[in-house]
Amino acid sequence: MTTKITSAPPAAGPRKGSRRRPAASPSVSKVGRPGFAWALPAAVFFALFAIVPLVMVAVLSFMSWNGLGSPQWVGTDNWSRLMDDPVMLKSVWLTLLLTVLGVVVQTPLSIMLGVWAAGHQRNRAVLSVIYFIPLLLSATAVSVLWRALLDPNFGIPADAGWLFGDGNLFGEQATAIGVLAFVSTWQFTPFHTLIYQGAARSIPQVLYQAAEIDGAGRYRQFFHITLPQLRNSMITSMILMIVGGLTTFETVLILTQGGPGTDTTISAYYMYDKAFKGFDFGAGSAIALALVVAATIISLVVVKVSGYDKMRSSMEGVS
Amino acid sequence: MRRRPNYLAGAGSLVWLFLVGLPLYVMLAATLRTRQDYAQNGPVSVPDTFTLDNYTGAFDSGFGRYFLNTLVVTACVIGIVLLLVPPLAYAIVRSRARTTSAIFRLFLLGLAIPAQAVIVPMFYLISEAGLYDNLLGVILPTAAFCLPMSALILSGAMRDISPELYEAMAMDGATPRRMFFQLVLPLSRGGLSTIVVFSALQAWNGFLFPLVLTQSDSTKVVTLGLYDFQTEHGIDIPGLLGAVVLSMVPILLVYLFARRALVQGLMGVGGK
Repeated sequence: MTTKITSAPPAAGPRKGSRRRPAASPSVSKVGRPGFAWALPAAVFFALFAIVPLVMVAVLSFMSWNGLGSPQWVGTDNWSRLMDDPVMLKSVWLTLLLTVLGVVVQTPLSIMLGVWAAGHQRNRAVLSVIYFIPLLLSATAVSVLWRALLDPNFGIPADAGWLFGDGNLFGEQATAIGVLAFVSTWQFTPFHTLIYQGAARSIPQVLYQAAEIDGAGRYRQFFHITLPQLRNSMITSMILMIVGGLTTFETVLILTQGGPGTDTTISAYYMYDKAFKGFDFGAGSAIALALVVAATIISLVVVKVSGYDKMRSSMEGVS
Repeated sequence: MRRRPNYLAGAGSLVWLFLVGLPLYVMLAATLRTRQDYAQNGPVSVPDTFTLDNYTGAFDSGFGRYFLNTLVVTACVIGIVLLLVPPLAYAIVRSRARTTSAIFRLFLLGLAIPAQAVIVPMFYLISEAGLYDNLLGVILPTAAFCLPMSALILSGAMRDISPELYEAMAMDGATPRRMFFQLVLPLSRGGLSTIVVFSALQAWNGFLFPLVLTQSDSTKVVTLGLYDFQTEHGIDIPGLLGAVVLSMVPILLVYLFARRALVQGLMGVGGK
């Protein structure tokens, strides 16, 4: 699965004791409550195929395994090898670069598109159908499509050489990174646009009417009402972008294979390359573990710093 | 509120329309023309030939089989999700046991686990279980990775059922099981269709698990077929794009008939 669509949700767990409504009578409250056995089959299945492998990845990162035979304990050998591996260090920088590029390019773009799409224009229904088509394509299909479109000999660059220099966008680091950033933007902007569109629609109109009366123009309204009201959606969307950026894989595999050389080898691709091409599963596990830890820490930091976990009302200032 | 149109935003959205529309046009045009036409006149030109060979060609190179495999994977994943998630969501919403909230937290944690993170141990586990290169070996992890989001979506839907209804049934001495089948399932139809669409999309578009856990032609799924076609016949761009368009058809059909469920399925809970 692509880690495409998950989000930092408002916790929807069982109600906390303090918020429990007093039951009509003790006898009634006990009746008709399912026990935890109802949750057990799903929990066991999930533990087996997600939690156990997560624990195993940590263990395997201290072992050496070539895919055959049984893994051998090697201590911190994988880790120290990766620390001294110039390609690994480069991959970390490339991952950061692509992730930051993604956030910086997609956030303003999807806010503008989302706010625009939340309004009332003619032909909006037709337009939004076309806008959201990239969402319907799998990451694989998107990458295959762009690989074909940007083919140096048969694609668009061959037709419009004046725009693309020598036409081979995959031959240099800068243009190859540009292609990767562009393709992820093309693929994921519609998704984030949907997030912002939903959020922009739920902004109370009364705020705009009040600003109108105070004589605030359209741009002032945008910066003083719309943006602050979109704060929580921005946090959700950015977490998704960051986690998505850290785990970008298909685009690199299909578009650049990490090349030219190792110039677009980002960490997730390097992990695959190490494990399934080089049969060094220990090193692959270590990179995977580092990715999980990084993604989790970043998400937690964003949530903490922003106070998102306190779920501050988006109705602040409306009183 | 009627206001003057926002020209700047309108212009920006037109630029975006061009960026999205042009590739889609090139893709469709390329699939309906011959290879010679495409090679001579270039991708952006207007086709002067018309052919369906690119679509039939995709089936000749094995895509019929890949579609069947993908369909099997998708159907089984939906089956597992529908079997496991409704009872889980029901327990999350209604149970007062401490263990249940611990289980719910486990699933919330699961939201943050990317598939890439567990792919190495998954390969180990599936190989050890003798399921390597077997569709079941793709189905099980794919379904597992659909559970957290599905549980979240469905428990959100079940939370909207009013407590009075439960209380009325409890007064009649209904068991949890009867409440589940007579009250909860019928009233959470919207949530159920969302998780079906969400899981179907994940299974249909899944790439990493099939890539690592299968190898032969008989277990190949569509996404993997596209990838291999690209590496083997990269210069047959019209044929390749024909396969890409075919891989979209089922999703477009869902989009036409169940647009709302599809958008919700795509968004997970991101939009809330």
